[in-house]
Amino acid sequence: MGEKDAYLLRERLPLLLEAVQAEGYECIGPQWQNEAIVYDILNQVEQLPHGVQVNQYPGEYCGEIHEGNVRCFAWANGPQALKPFLFAPRETLWRVHRDNDGRLQFESATPEAPKRAIFGVRACDLAALALQDRHFLESDFPDPAYAARRENLLLIAVNCSHPASTCFCASTGDGPVAQAGYDLVLDELDDGFMIQAGTEEGQAIMARLNLIPVTDGHREAIEIQQEKAHEQLRQVPGKQLRDALFANLDHERWDDVAGRCLSCGNCTSVCPTCFCHSEEELAPLDGGSSEHIRQWDSCFTAGHSYIHGLTIRQQTRERYRQWLTHKFGSWHDQYGRSGCVGCGRCIAWCPVGIDVTEELQAICGSDDA
Amino acid sequence: MSSPYLPHEAEIFQRLEETPHIFTLRLRFTDPDIHAQYHFEPGQFNMLYVYGVGEVPISIVSDPQDEHAYDHTIRRLGRVTNVLAGLQEGDRIGVRGAYGRGWPVQQAEGKDVVLITGGLGCAPVVSVINYVLKRRDRFRRLIIMQGVKHSDDLIWREKYETWSKQNDTQVVLAASQGGAGWPWATGHITELVSEIDFDPQNCTVMMCGPEGMMIAAMKELLPRQVPESAIWLSMERNMQCAVGHCGHCQHGPNFVCKDGPVFNYPEIKPLLGIKGF
Ligand SMILES: Cc1cc2nc3c(=O)[nH]c(=O)nc-3n(C[C@H](O)[C@H](O)[C@H](O)COP(=O)(O)OP(=O)(O)OC[C@H]3O[C@@H](n4cnc5c(N)ncnc54)[C@H](O)[C@@H]3O)c2cc1C
Ligand code: SF4
Ligand code: SF4
Ligand code: FES
Repeated sequence: MGEKDAYLLRERLPLLLEAVQAEGYECIGPQWQNEAIVYDILNQVEQLPHGVQVNQYPGEYCGEIHEGNVRCFAWANGPQALKPFLFAPRETLWRVHRDNDGRLQFESATPEAPKRAIFGVRACDLAALALQDRHFLESDFPDPAYAARRENLLLIAVNCSHPASTCFCASTGDGPVAQAGYDLVLDELDDGFMIQAGTEEGQAIMARLNLIPVTDGHREAIEIQQEKAHEQLRQVPGKQLRDALFANLDHERWDDVAGRCLSCGNCTSVCPTCFCHSEEELAPLDGGSSEHIRQWDSCFTAGHSYIHGLTIRQQTRERYRQWLTHKFGSWHDQYGRSGCVGCGRCIAWCPVGIDVTEELQAICGSDDA
Repeated sequence: MSSPYLPHEAEIFQRLEETPHIFTLRLRFTDPDIHAQYHFEPGQFNMLYVYGVGEVPISIVSDPQDEHAYDHTIRRLGRVTNVLAGLQEGDRIGVRGAYGRGWPVQQAEGKDVVLITGGLGCAPVVSVINYVLKRRDRFRRLIIMQGVKHSDDLIWREKYETWSKQNDTQVVLAASQGGAGWPWATGHITELVSEIDFDPQNCTVMMCGPEGMMIAAMKELLPRQVPESAIWLSMERNMQCAVGHCGHCQHGPNFVCKDGPVFNYPEIKPLLGIKGF
């Protein structure tokens, strides 16, 4: 644990929120709304999901509120990750005006990019953010909207104390303890939070809090908590999945999973690393201007692979195979690592409870040593 | 940060009707600075935007050193291309580009150049034909093979006839269904690979067209001892962004828009022809 750690007593948590607000950030934090953890505007710490615990299973997400339980971060995750805050589900890319002579004037849309702080960020989501950064920013054509929002982002991570049964971040190496990419990171105990800074900005915020030293008792409790969080039910098969997947493109399991999969695309929507989107023209209403937008798309739609006269992935089998071979296979070629950070969202939010770890095991595990 | 998605206004300064379904647009950016800065390589493509309708990827067929204009030869098929087909000289569209990796024209210098195209895939390699003919002494033999379904689908018939009369140039055309007065072969173009005269050990093969046709051509080329690394293919996939972000154009690990559209055969060999990729 870092040298400059300190302890924030639970009753002083509002000071942290106030310090961040004082820096001019719009604060976003986890809240229990409509039977799920969602990230929404956070004005006061009372809005945090106190006492909420969430049980996640394939195709199932159900929360319980434990009266008297003081913890605010004793759940793993909700359907959103950081993705919607950076890569907007739908946004205007540009507008074009046409004058009476048919001349066109193109104008870039200015993205909305307020200074924004997000509380309760998970290790898996930080790892996913690093991947989205590579995709949208470390490119010959950096994405201006993503860049503007990324620039203005402050991240306050909380190490997971209660992974869900669907989580397998320990096996992907991305969690449950945040490794990098945060400004501040907390470990939650009943009486408060151990706090550490990852950036100078985080340090400056820490300096404004009324902190006390971390006791040996705190350290020990956190160590036990972190160890326990590493004990996860699910895992990805520990082998070269890229080669194993592409060596098994004719595996009969693809037909089997295609028989269950609805091709709904929920998995790709909740996945924090999926980046596919389509562009669309919003038909001009006044005849004088038109808008060009983009919105999230999924490799599970027919349009995704359409070229004139041919849908390359007509069948669910081909779509599911595209999703799995991309996420766990060709991501290695594209970004030097798997596209999965082990958050388990695609398992919990799949309406029919398809479990990627199980499918991988069935397809790649057969010749496992 | 400037937006990679923003088109620039371009003017159709000439429109040529090639067949009832195929037309060529000669374009210029209306902003002279943008036009002056614009450059491309044979085999690269632009995104053409039609007001209120949308964008489509289209290859550039003209010569990269033609400073006056850049040309697109387009087949009308659907939403966007139908509207493009109706535009007239003087009309404005949006253009952004040039994108992707083009043909290895520099590497092909000093070698025989073999071009094999099928179906409507001819547009991207026409840029190479023009490129080679303009710099004829840098290349050895030029072999142009074009297959079409029906003889009526062949565009630029006179051009092929002119090309066939050049020195060190062989033109082989085939139609699956030849009509009356069709002087060329009837059948699949790939069956004629065995008849072309070139040096397999010192050649660059460039292909585009349906993947099945390219695979069939490969089956003829490889037994003639053409090294796999001498074969280049232009791929087509759905494209929304053209800059590697939207994910639509992926072919296994490759983004066709930025890693292609032209690929060296060994790069795409593992997944080529596998349904669903
Ligand atoms: C790199 C590249 C170069 C191309 N060069 C040429 C060329 O030089 N000349 C030419 O005539 N055509 C070319 N095409 C094909 C051309 O892009 C399609 O014919 C065109 O997109 C069809 O659009 P549409 O709206 O008229 O048809 P629709 O069938 O209505 O298609 C609707 C939409 O689907 C997408 N789409 C459909 N077909 C294709 C396709 N083949 N490739 C990519 N997206 C597609 C487009 O977004 C299109 O707007 C090229 C395609 C690629 C990928
Ligand atoms: S593939 Fe599933 S578990 Fe992996 S990052 Fe995406 S949603 Fe999470
Ligand atoms: S795997 Fe599940 S969530 Fe994904 S498309 Fe199939 S049914 Fe939908
Ligand atoms: S066209 Fe968008 S990633 Fe290639």
